[in-house]
Amino acid sequence: MKLLLTSGLAGLVFGAGLLLSGMTDANKVIGFLDMGGAWDPSLAFVMAGAIGVHMVLYRLILRRPSPLFASHFGIPTRTLIDHRLVMGAALFGVGWGLGGYCPGPGIVSATSGTAAPLVFMGTLVVGMWLFKVVDRTLRSREPSARSDDRRRSSARPVA
Amino acid sequence: MAPTSFRLVVRREEDYVIPIDWIHALLGGGLIGLAASLMMWGAGRIAGISGIFGGLLSPSAGDIAWRVAFVGGLLASGLAATLAFPAAIASPEGRSVVEVGIAGLLVGFGVRLGSGCTSGHGVCGLSRFSRRSLVATLMFIATGVLTVTVLRVLGAP
Repeated sequence: MKLLLTSGLAGLVFGAGLLLSGMTDANKVIGFLDMGGAWDPSLAFVMAGAIGVHMVLYRLILRRPSPLFASHFGIPTRTLIDHRLVMGAALFGVGWGLGGYCPGPGIVSATSGTAAPLVFMGTLVVGMWLFKVVDRTLRSREPSARSDDRRRSSARPVA
Repeated sequence: MAPTSFRLVVRREEDYVIPIDWIHALLGGGLIGLAASLMMWGAGRIAGISGIFGGLLSPSAGDIAWRVAFVGGLLASGLAATLAFPAAIASPEGRSVVEVGIAGLLVGFGVRLGSGCTSGHGVCGLSRFSRRSLVATLMFIATGVLTVTVLRVLGAP
């Protein structure tokens, strides 16, 4: 229950931050990405504010042996910079510039009931599902596990 | 003497030395950093929205409720804003429904392939100095800038 309340509160505060900072205004996002045109630098301050706070608190939090309401900290362990990471980020960036939405602002904006964020969230789910299908097909074609998968599975605590 | 003092009281947006948008952005960013910290402190989880949301598409037992709660919090903030500050949410001008639809496909596929989006890589990853997240963030900002630039040159606003 406490875990659920924490997650819900984190989502609420995250959403409030997106709304206050201007991330839920797709035109502002596009304005930020228009660096060669009428550039609106304000969204750079969103990142500065978020990283400034989280960088400090993250380090203080990790001094604890475990989180408050869960057994262990789940920190990503992969370090390999592969084609998947680079290609995925590249595709995401094209979509971000095309629509002016990334996933968080898409979810928050969809509550307004307007067409653009609803369409965006609909096709985002399709895109995620499409990845699942493509990923499964690709993995079944190469029976030998990829190196970073081995590393990830070995990093899992033994039950 | 007296009338000039009114100019100090009635401040217009252009009178601010620092644009008010920048201050809102910084404060909003601070809230995002606070939310990501709360997630790590309480749940031991990275507040990566594409991962939290995407995990709901391949649900596994015992791993659903906290994701629903987080997304529910996001939706609640959106509903509150829709009722109290509707101007905070705005659709992209000069982008057709077809373009926004293609954007969703690319974002959905891309964030899963690249294991994260603006929150997971851009905020959480950079905060813990992850090299993978630095590469991803530089990449999605670069292709985002390129896309907006190409569309502007082609005539979109």
